[in-house]
Amino acid sequence: MPEQPITLRVWRSASAERSEPRFDEFTVHTDPERDMVLDLVERAWADQDRSLVFRHACHHASCGTCTIRVDGRERLPCITRVSDVWNGRAKLTLQPLRNVPIVADLAIDPEAHMERMAALGLPYVRTVEREVRATDAGIADADVGAAERFEDCLECLACVSACPVAAGDPEYLGPAVLAAADRLLEEPRETDPARILALVDSDHGVWQCRSVWACSAVCPSDVDPAMRIMDLRRRALMS
Amino acid sequence: MTTQGRPSSPRPTALVVGAGSTGAATAHDLALRGFAVTVVERGEIASGTTGRNHGLLHSGARYAVKDPEAAAECIAERDILAQIAPEILELNGGLFVALDQAGLDYRELFLDSCRTAGIPVRELTASETLELEPALNPDLLCAVEVPDGVYDPLHLCLAFLATAARSGARVEPYHEVEELILHGRSVHGAVVRDRCTGERRRFEADVVVNATGPWADRLARMAGLDVPVTPTAGVMVAVAGRSVDRVINRLEPPSDGDIVLPQRRTVVIGTSSWSVEDPDRIDIPEDHVELMFRRGRELIPRIDRADERGVFAVARPLIGRPGDAGRELSRTFECFDHAADGVEGFVTISGGKTTTARAMAEKTSDVVCAKLGVDAVCRTRELPLASYREYQHA
Repeated sequence: MPEQPITLRVWRSASAERSEPRFDEFTVHTDPERDMVLDLVERAWADQDRSLVFRHACHHASCGTCTIRVDGRERLPCITRVSDVWNGRAKLTLQPLRNVPIVADLAIDPEAHMERMAALGLPYVRTVEREVRATDAGIADADVGAAERFEDCLECLACVSACPVAAGDPEYLGPAVLAAADRLLEEPRETDPARILALVDSDHGVWQCRSVWACSAVCPSDVDPAMRIMDLRRRALMS
Repeated sequence: MTTQGRPSSPRPTALVVGAGSTGAATAHDLALRGFAVTVVERGEIASGTTGRNHGLLHSGARYAVKDPEAAAECIAERDILAQIAPEILELNGGLFVALDQAGLDYRELFLDSCRTAGIPVRELTASETLELEPALNPDLLCAVEVPDGVYDPLHLCLAFLATAARSGARVEPYHEVEELILHGRSVHGAVVRDRCTGERRRFEADVVVNATGPWADRLARMAGLDVPVTPTAGVMVAVAGRSVDRVINRLEPPSDGDIVLPQRRTVVIGTSSWSVEDPDRIDIPEDHVELMFRRGRELIPRIDRADERGVFAVARPLIGRPGDAGRELSRTFECFDHAADGVEGFVTISGGKTTTARAMAEKTSDVVCAKLGVDAVCRTRELPLASYREYQHA
């Protein structure tokens, strides 16, 4: 594909010089079939404005750092191909996540979420679930043994940003943490199920969900937090 | 302009530039040795070379034949990380898979070199290999198992920095160095632009550690120095579907597209190698992407272009001069005390691998301590790292 110009409308905020939030426009060149949205943000920063603040690390949907809203919808810009979100003419609007503190521009601060996850105690690496691996690999009866694997949730906070409950209650545990709680209870190992249940069966916990399902709609990693929350309610009722 | 650092306390002060794995590990080491440490990073933590690396926890087997020094460093550090940072490692092992006669011919040299470097090896028949990893090419001939692993590079950096913060270190992301503070030819800190506020801040320090990876030469030039770091880019391709749990290497001398490793529910194929002028502007050659898919499919037939999830490239900071061949440059690291070039107060650490970041930090901290006459031993081999979830934005 030949390169063509694209205009990004980027939300700018939270600094002395930029005290009034506003949109800045950057026109960069793109091969929409090859470039990801994150490539365009990097290009705008490298060539036009070194003060642009955005988060990124792995560039392949593993670290969960770069999540923003692209035309209003939560996405990982590192795996969002330009041709999938751009019609070739309109400006592309980039905004930070909702329902989390903003550091500046597109960068958010995940600290509150990390504290809740730490309180929950879901370890990052757990033994592989045989069925997940078998599904992914198209293998029927693979014995994958006791191999360890990273959990699927990227802690990217797309779900928290999309959640209307999180919008109204800053202390709501949020879809990612509740999904992690369900995951833990599914396979508790050394953790204490009663402690996990007490944590989620609370004023800002599992009963606050309004079943909007937005979390599952935006999850880039198929964690399906909404389904997990429903399962967690079942566990809370049966306990 | 505000001024930070050089407090009235007698603690020596260090300014670490760069919060990739090297800078993060160095901040941790120096803070444990009693330094008042500040880390400045122009972007987000691990937004440069470290974040975009393959995530391969090296057993050292990959370098055993050609670069025994790097191989020995890797196996030692792999074992230390397994003790101090188990939260962020997948220790599933790795396979070196022979697909053809060339692989069989290479096997003895490979096994001998691994044993010499102290890397445990286990020989597997074709059927044993396929039992462990059924998605591999069914025509494979045999394999060698080594203690490779997978880690999340960002989380490793956050864990080092969270631990450094426990020792009092301050971390300032989105702070880009604009100039070094020079008294004559001696470096006494840096003037830094806060990208969030636009403010210029002055950080004074007894020593500045240049941990900027492929950007090392750019920072060193601010002190009139020239460091021999060659930014060498590599392409990686992430593919949906976790078809293996182990790191899959091709049993042959290192070449383009010869590793596939699992990360979460994807596999990542890598990599290629070419020199770049500017690490901030890397154009990904389409033929490299095609090569990754073709070579990846030779190892794992189900890898399909339609499942492409991400394509990315980043520059490694290899030690050497532009013009040296990329794969021939050593993967070991080097610490430059620029006193040898007539510049005091400035140390560059470069080369190496994220797997060996802790060792790089130890060597750098030894150099820094010797320069400043600080008598403090390294404690990073034993001390478990904090959880990455403990890291807090300043």
